[in-house]
Amino acid sequence: MALVASVLDLIGNTPLVDVSQLSPKPNVHIYVKLEGQNPSGSVKDRIAMAMLDAAEAAGELAPGKIVLEPSSGNTGIALAMICQIRGYHLKIVLPENVTAERRQVLEAYGAEVISSPGAEGSNGAVRLAQQLSDEHPDWVFLYQYGNEANPTAHYTGTGPEILADLPEITHFVAGLGTSGTLMGVGTYLKEQKPSVKVYAVEPPSGERVEGLRSLDDGYVPPVFEKWGGLELLDGKRIVRPIESLVFTRRLVNEAGVFAGISAGAALAGAVKVAERLDDTEEAHIVFVASDGAWKYLSTGAYSDPIDDVAANLNDVIYF
Amino acid sequence: MSDTATSTVTVRLPTVLRPQANGQSTVELSGSTVGEVIAALVAQYPGLKSNIQDDDGNMRKFVNVYVNDEDIRFLDKLDTAVEAGAEVAILPAVAGG
Repeated sequence: MALVASVLDLIGNTPLVDVSQLSPKPNVHIYVKLEGQNPSGSVKDRIAMAMLDAAEAAGELAPGKIVLEPSSGNTGIALAMICQIRGYHLKIVLPENVTAERRQVLEAYGAEVISSPGAEGSNGAVRLAQQLSDEHPDWVFLYQYGNEANPTAHYTGTGPEILADLPEITHFVAGLGTSGTLMGVGTYLKEQKPSVKVYAVEPPSGERVEGLRSLDDGYVPPVFEKWGGLELLDGKRIVRPIESLVFTRRLVNEAGVFAGISAGAALAGAVKVAERLDDTEEAHIVFVASDGAWKYLSTGAYSDPIDDVAANLNDVIYF
Repeated sequence: MSDTATSTVTVRLPTVLRPQANGQSTVELSGSTVGEVIAALVAQYPGLKSNIQDDDGNMRKFVNVYVNDEDIRFLDKLDTAVEAGAEVAILPAVAGG
């Protein structure tokens, strides 16, 4: 590793690791893109940097300015790292029911945390941030769900990295949150290699979100609609907490990859894709580990009785 | 299975919809496609209709429907076939990130 001038120079260019020992079929190879290697520990460093750079280029940001963002954790943490270095005051609207580690890391990087009701999940954080933005027009509201810099960072960064490292890629699987990773990487890969299939996985979070008054309180990120998500994706599936945990543990136990719970969900999706292929078909499936395991230790995800942890995860946001 | 076969499936409802279905989290219904199952659901629990369908009978934008955990928007939408024992889940779209 080279000597660098700032941790911000370490964003991107993450490794792709062959974890084909986890594949159900000998002809199907599986690879994980280790986004936890980014300096604040998640894929969100890429979009945090891109959104702040775009706001600076647009003349909206200057030292001392206040930056506002709703986040279930990783985007907030990434922004906090960069804002501290660049001298911006960051306010993160964070649902109450994220892991304690997420809140602690945000505070370590100097962010101000504004809690939103846990019962409303991420949708509640988005709504509160929008309300605060309306009340404080001088605050810079980045809004990752609708910010073009989000998918663009993956279109210009993550996607080209994957194709350069693995020209043989046939399938791409990632978690759906803001949809930025899937839209940016998926669009790039299909432009360069139209035969590539793109699949989304998501947790069943809507099932237990009790703060929704009706389904009209649901939320589809503007990025997903603007980038044609319905046409771009080849499939989208729910991965339930127990299955996410099983594959998160297999990832660390069989491949030594100590990743967050959403990585297990993405691996479960990759294995499902593999199982449906013809036995003779050769495939190269890439999935994204959005972050490392460190921020989920308090859930017991890696060691406690798995059914107990799965039950608890119904009430914790881990995407 | 033929196109006209009717299957008994389990419909899972999210917390937000349970009050309109006598508080139940799951309902057993019959149909050969997701569309038929949804029609049977709103026939049995009319209070659900405006929550999941618009005036033209289309699924609302923020409603996701899954058959055995796969989003039907990427299958055959409401024409997606269901087999006996399948699980149809209705969930509100939520954000992550």
